[in-house]
Amino acid sequence: MTATMEPEVGKSRRRKEDARLITGRTRWTDNLTLPGLLHMAVLRSPMAHARITNIDASAAKDMPGVHAVFTGADLAGEQGSLPCAWPITEDMKSPDAPSIAVDKVNFAGEIVAIVVARSAYEAADALEAIDVDYDDLPVVLDMAAAVEDGADLVHEELGTNKSATWIFDSGAAGTGGDVDAAIAGSEVVIERTYRQQRLIPAFMEPRSFMCDPTGDQITLWSSTQIPHILRFLLAAQLGVPEHKIRVIAPDVGGGFGGKLQVTPEDFLTFLVARRLGKPVKYTESRSESLLSGHHGRDQIQKLTLSAKRDGTVTGLKVELLADMGAYLRLVSPGVPILGAFMFNAIYKFPAYKFVCTNVFTNKVPTDAYRGAGRPEATYAIERLMDELAAELDMDPMAVREKNWIAHEEFPFTTVCGLTYDSGNYEAATAKAMELFGYDALRAEQKERRDRGDSVQLGIGISTFTEMCGLAPSRVLGSLAYGAGGWEHAAIRMLPTGKVEVVTGSSPHGQGHETAWSQIVADQLGVPFEDVEVLHGDTQSSHKGMDTYGSRSLTVGAMAVVAATDKVKAKAAKIAAHMLEAGEDDVEFQAGSFRVRGTGAEAKGVSIQDVALAVFAAHDLPDGVEPNLDSEATFDPENFSFPHGTHLCAVEVDTETGRTTIRKYVCVDDIGKVVNPLIVEGQVHGGLAQGIAQALFEEAVHDESGTLTTGTLADYLVPSAADLPTFTTDRTETPATSNVLGVKGVGEAGTIASTPAVVNAVVDAIRHFGVNDVQMPCTPMRVWQAINTGQTDAGGLGDEAGGGLGSMNVTDTSGGQQ
Amino acid sequence: MRITVTVDGTKFTDDVEPRQLLVHYLRERLGKVGTVVGCDTSNCGACTVHLDGHSVKSCSVLAVQADGCEVTTIEGLARDGNLHPVQRAFHDNHALQCGFCTPGMIMQSIDLLADNPDPDEKAVREGLEGNLCRCTGYQNIVRAVRDAAAQMQGGAGPEAEQVAGAPATAGGTQ
Repeated sequence: MTATMEPEVGKSRRRKEDARLITGRTRWTDNLTLPGLLHMAVLRSPMAHARITNIDASAAKDMPGVHAVFTGADLAGEQGSLPCAWPITEDMKSPDAPSIAVDKVNFAGEIVAIVVARSAYEAADALEAIDVDYDDLPVVLDMAAAVEDGADLVHEELGTNKSATWIFDSGAAGTGGDVDAAIAGSEVVIERTYRQQRLIPAFMEPRSFMCDPTGDQITLWSSTQIPHILRFLLAAQLGVPEHKIRVIAPDVGGGFGGKLQVTPEDFLTFLVARRLGKPVKYTESRSESLLSGHHGRDQIQKLTLSAKRDGTVTGLKVELLADMGAYLRLVSPGVPILGAFMFNAIYKFPAYKFVCTNVFTNKVPTDAYRGAGRPEATYAIERLMDELAAELDMDPMAVREKNWIAHEEFPFTTVCGLTYDSGNYEAATAKAMELFGYDALRAEQKERRDRGDSVQLGIGISTFTEMCGLAPSRVLGSLAYGAGGWEHAAIRMLPTGKVEVVTGSSPHGQGHETAWSQIVADQLGVPFEDVEVLHGDTQSSHKGMDTYGSRSLTVGAMAVVAATDKVKAKAAKIAAHMLEAGEDDVEFQAGSFRVRGTGAEAKGVSIQDVALAVFAAHDLPDGVEPNLDSEATFDPENFSFPHGTHLCAVEVDTETGRTTIRKYVCVDDIGKVVNPLIVEGQVHGGLAQGIAQALFEEAVHDESGTLTTGTLADYLVPSAADLPTFTTDRTETPATSNVLGVKGVGEAGTIASTPAVVNAVVDAIRHFGVNDVQMPCTPMRVWQAINTGQTDAGGLGDEAGGGLGSMNVTDTSGGQQ
Repeated sequence: MRITVTVDGTKFTDDVEPRQLLVHYLRERLGKVGTVVGCDTSNCGACTVHLDGHSVKSCSVLAVQADGCEVTTIEGLARDGNLHPVQRAFHDNHALQCGFCTPGMIMQSIDLLADNPDPDEKAVREGLEGNLCRCTGYQNIVRAVRDAAAQMQGGAGPEAEQVAGAPATAGGTQ
């Protein structure tokens, strides 16, 4: 080890995780088995709102291989309620959320009966022998209608479909002016209503759960993002002593917020295994996943932006309806609130008001989906900035530039009271404009427009920011969230000098094992290969807040760094003793302790030497314990604020309405980068999901509340053939809120890309009098907008993607794919 | 029904239910859990394996249809401790994140390269259209397949599954 060792942080290390994933040596929950394992299958309600009048399961019990059949009545006494951890207001209405329906179902897909059998095939067969009688209740689907007086109710006992109304008013908060006064006195007012369609996270690994109740401690394997939170809530909600539960998240195949949940299936696998005293596994089918795993987005956004004629913004008012679906899941109510502080984005609004009403409907519950609240906010403001530019006949980038926070103004406290620590919107934008060839594309756009080309070019901009690194515990407390936002880590120094890193973050594709190894290698001066990262098992990593909200690096890795600092502090005492020097006289550099000022060639004691000396413990300083292991818990003081400039050029065929992305350029500023290869991958995947919201995906329910996009033939997760090659680049303004200067990258691409694409689509056809196309901008919707001026062509349940479930039998032309 | 199938070079004879899907036979009977199930409508391609050298979605093939056939799964690609060039290329190009789609994606990529040893970007994208990935946005997958094509030069095909070129220790991390 020499002092000139090249830093690991910043290297495009190939991932440690890959070895098992590319050879099929994986531990997805569904790959695991136990002696005597039984298989669970569940019967789901086809009705969106109904009373259960009778369940006859007697025939199912007699089917071959069937060990047991359970209905809601069998489990009502012990199932408690699924948790909602975020009561956003004191008077928030939150119904009990049973894991298995007892006497009433509130969405199609809710579990009504369970079969446990020797094999999954036998369990599935027995489901067919269960008869359930339902009495229909009126189905509540449209959230705008649901909040009208006299509307049918999802939960009669609540007396309303409104769960809560949450308000932020900069005038009242003292962080800005009164927005109504600003709007009343302004020269230009832009009013728009945008719809955030309902989306499905659609992680590739269907959720799977296996429970072993045969020991004193019950073990639950779950394909979850949140093993630690799940363990706590199993204990809290089911009354099981916490120390008698172990939760393991083995290899987890993607989440995107969709596995940030305490699910009915977690609880039921646990309860049923415990009841039977035998190991039980349940793995959902893809259809079940789409039908019952929580959905995302689903808002109606009523927006009012005021400005001066020179383009300076003066006020922003946001009135939201957010569809919760039938129940409040883990953080459902808080998702739109996470967007409350982001509508003002990078712009210097002097006055701002946000009012959000959460609404119950008879649909699948909504909750976090990649970005959670912030994509919705970013979409709204970035669409509005384009509309303001069109209204004032200004270039949309010029309008943004006029209003954004200049780089010399950081740190900047926004109209919401958040302090953005750093950023440089000018630099990211300049780089993006150059890579994009903005002026040339504008010239081509004009030429095509003048020529009346049937294929029109549109250019879309999104200069986004986000708040991530969830979250300072004090802020979460002020928002009434039920837990803190800290993260935990521990370092174990093994006698041979190898290092085990225990992290409370719980990866499911992000590459923590690689990134954490790079960070620890630098901090302790050990080889990258000598670091092993342990995670996702409450037995080995006992403490954690898990992975979501782009928090792992900005919070979790800070705990790792803090733990290495403690290791070094402990080791310094011992190294000084070994060097026969005073503790204050030794310094640590590139893995070795040396007497200060003696240079890299002097005799040193490596951290590995110290680890071995500690193991032997023959000659330690008086009063020093033979242990270098250390743990740390880090609570951030602020969010981090990645930003970037995304530019999209689309070609719209005005004769067919088909949109093709011609060029997509993004320059993201996520602060310092640990592994550029992983960062690039995160951006690519994020872009794909954001573009998918703009062009392809929508979860559609028909008039009876049946999800018509219940397969991957109907819910249009894009394929390789649907997406372009992206040009990605970065600028680097280090975060000042953490020692590594990192900001997080998990959600950036998704948050930024959706408005860039839709702005481009609208820009391509604005000369037809179009100022909006509702998402997803399918060929049908775009064509309708061009030809009829309708922006919401299709309407509820009429145009689901174009796949099997949405196909009109009299029109076999189907959809666009 | 009794079937005899050779999977990753080992011959198996088993009685199976006529309705049993090949993917369930592989996973539950043979323990070949490297091949995974991602959907129930044959859209996602996660379960892709090779049946007599050609890619099939093993959720859409009955086990009995594989009687007398050779099946190659992701677990049978690396030989003598050497990764298949496509496996190596997926690692080198960061073509996977969560890795759930990866077995199917790799098996389909090998099939694609057997048909077209030097595909351009468009051909790769279209050749992988039946395999969904939610993590990568496909860009690095496309890059990996083209990289593998360059590595394999002489062409792929079923014989390619016997080819060895790269050491199995990905990134020296095992």
